[in-house]
Parts: sequence; C-alpha cells; structure tokens
Amino acid sequence: MDKYIRVPFDGSEAESLSAGNYVYLSGIIYTARDAAHKRMAEALEKGEKLPFPVKDNVIYYMGPSPARPGRPIGSAGPTTASRMDKYAPALLDLGLKGMIGKGKRTKEVKEAVVRNGAVYFAAVGGAGALLSRSIVSSEVIAYEDLGTEAVRRLEVKDFPAIVVMDARGNDLYETAVCKYRKE
Amino acid sequence: MRTLNVAEITNAIKEMCIEANHSLSGDMERAIKTAADREESPLGRQILGQLCENMRIAGEDMIPICQDTGMAVVFMEVGQDVHFEGGSLEDAVHEGVRQGYTDGFLRKSVVRDPIYRENTNDNTPAVVHYSIVTGDKVKITVAPKGFGSENMSRVFMLKPADGIEGVKKAVLTAVKDAGPNACPPMVVGVGIGGTFEKCALLAKKALIRPVDKRSETEYVRELEAELLEKINRSGIGPGGLGGSTTALAVNIETYPTHIAGLPVAVNICCHVNRHGVRIL
Repeated sequence: MDKYIRVPFDGSEAESLSAGNYVYLSGIIYTARDAAHKRMAEALEKGEKLPFPVKDNVIYYMGPSPARPGRPIGSAGPTTASRMDKYAPALLDLGLKGMIGKGKRTKEVKEAVVRNGAVYFAAVGGAGALLSRSIVSSEVIAYEDLGTEAVRRLEVKDFPAIVVMDARGNDLYETAVCKYRKE
Repeated sequence: MRTLNVAEITNAIKEMCIEANHSLSGDMERAIKTAADREESPLGRQILGQLCENMRIAGEDMIPICQDTGMAVVFMEVGQDVHFEGGSLEDAVHEGVRQGYTDGFLRKSVVRDPIYRENTNDNTPAVVHYSIVTGDKVKITVAPKGFGSENMSRVFMLKPADGIEGVKKAVLTAVKDAGPNACPPMVVGVGIGGTFEKCALLAKKALIRPVDKRSETEYVRELEAELLEKINRSGIGPGGLGGSTTALAVNIETYPTHIAGLPVAVNICCHVNRHGVRIL
C-alpha cells in the first residue's frame, strides 16, 4: 500500500505505519552518518544542544556526492544503518521518530523503535541518482568540516522509502526473506 | 623499449574514475535488466526497475550511480619494455584519482588515518596493485569500491580437509551475513588458494571479470553455477527485501596453495560493480 507522508511527523503518525508499506515522504529531513552521530553523542554527553530538533523528526543516513553547479545535491542514496546502531536508541528516546537507511538493525534499536513508537525506513541502496530527484533543496547546518558527513537539512518531495521496521517490532528484512527462501 | 609519459597515466585514470562512476559496463547493465524481468517478488521487480531507472538518470544527468563513489582500486599491468618519463608512476596514479574525484564531482570518502579519520578531501590515496607483464603496453583497470559491500567481505582460512564443501559453506555464510547491508543484487568475487593476502586479491580481481564470462576451469565453472543458484534460493532478494535475485554472478579465481591450507576470500560487491579498463 502506497502512503504519502508529511515529515516531521505529526503526533503519532509514525505508529500507524506497518512494515511493508511503500511511502513517499515530503517535508524536511536531516542527514547524519557516522562522524556526525559521534559528534552528536559527544554533545549529548556534555549536555550541549543537538544541531537540529530531534523530536518528531527523521534522520537520513546519507552522505551525498558533491552537487554540480545549479543542482541542489549530488547522488544521494542511503548508507548502511547498522553503523549508527550504537547511537540510535539515545536519539529515539529523545523523540526521533524516523530513520532512513539500509540494512539490518540491532535488537537494541528495534526495542527503542517499539518503545518510542518510531519507524525505520529503507531507501533503495545504490539508487542515489534516482533518489536525488526527490530532494528539492539541501543546506549544511552543522559540522561543515566533516565534508560529505556534515549535517544537512533536506527538503524532500515524494521521497520513496519502504517501512522495514514498524512500531510493533515487525521487521520486513526477516519476514520477506522467509517468504522467498527455498530450502 | 617504449617511452611513456606518466601524464598520460594521470589523464587516463582521471577519465576512468569519472566514467566508471557514471555508467556500468554493458555486462552489468544487461544482468540487472535481465534480473528485473525474471524476479519473482513484486517489490523486488519494483526495486530492480528503479535500479535500471537510476542508471538511466546517472547517464543523462551526469550524476554518480551511487553516492558512495568508492575508494579507487587501481590495477596496473605494466609491460616490462615500458620506460616511464615525466615523474613518479605512483604519484601519477594518485594524481589521476585526485583530478577525477575533484573535477568529476565525486564523493571524497577517504580518511588519512584509520583511527583519527580526517578526510583527505580528494579521495587519495588510491589502493594500487602492480604487476609486471611482457610487452610494451600498460593496462590500467580502475575499480571504485563502495564500502557497504566491502564491509561484508570475508577471508576464511579453511583446512584442506574442508574441501569444496567447506568453500561452499564459507561463500554462503558470507553472503547470508551480508544480507541487505551489501545492497543486493550483489556480485560475489571469490578467491580460492594462494596465501592469506593472495586469496583476497584474487577475490577482488574476480569482481572485475565480466559477469557473463564463466571460469575456464570446468569444476570452477560448475561451482560458480551451483553457488549462484544456492544464493538466489536464499530469499534475500533485491534490496534485501525478499526475492529470487540476490546475486547477479559468482566469479571465482583460483591459485596454487600450500599443502597445509585452503584460503578462501569472499569479496562482495553491490549491484554498482564499477570498473573501467584501458590499454596505453
């Protein structure tokens, strides 16, 4: 079932999504990957503010290629989410409602998704050229020295993603693979 | 003796970095299109269709196929009758990568130190493998390698008694563990034999062989076919979201080894299996 979703999430909308839903996200999302997560964790440890409001928002695990002149962004597909597993539960407990990436998550992340009524989306890995067409604008808002790993505020329109892990703990990576396994 | 200016090497590598990141070789493109027609899962077909669309957009808009434009792996097969002039060959290779990634709007993904992790900002250094061959030509292969799949690659030091069944188990274990992380459909490069580092290099070289070209050794050819079938029965599917297309090819290279060992390396590549070849 295709769903059109506004982000940041409004209220408990993330909870209404189910693993397997094909969604199109429109609104504002933020990018952060390995190095930015490390810095955000250090900021939280020191009691400092995070570079963007986490509550009800969505983080896209992505580091783009450079934009050609006149374009908002370069190639912009998801990176492997498991490298952010160490940091994700703390952000989810602060109200983060969505993550976009690719690949499996740990039990700790799944528990935090369920506990906080959040959702984990997969975007198609290796389709960075296609996905860039859903990004209307991009602005570096923090950690500019990290280059591609800086935190960016993206305006997206009909960004395609698939709900992999929902607020009830369903995991499409487990169920879909079983369906097509022939052993 | 033939004289070759290293500036020609720089220029070729610069162009190859840009080309490889914007278009796949014909064999890869055909393999993805064929898979899109055969995939059993509707979502899998949709994802494979998006990958075809992605390749089209990359070429049209000159935007990299994948944002992870990789660490540049460069194979230099240097004819022993070539004399280089104009500076250091090694420097010329890195300069080609620097120019390609800077002028080509490719992502800079290399950090200077594995622990302190400061970005070098020009994607250098490359990983360069030289071999000296007969003749007066230089064959350059540029293979930008993304790390989603590189991170899922493995080396297994098996015992001779493990035999071919041990090899199959190792490959299937690596692929199953990689799952959705390696951006399936993948290409699986396998190196069997040699030493610890030789089998890893064989696996990397296996990824460069066209996906529609089978091994010339009969038992290896059969092993490639059997493993591909088994991998595609795993259910992992396109994007790891279920389906009958988990790998596009299994390419295996072998080498003599020691009486006490059976090294096996599995180098996994995502569907963006990029490489360019030029002979100067």
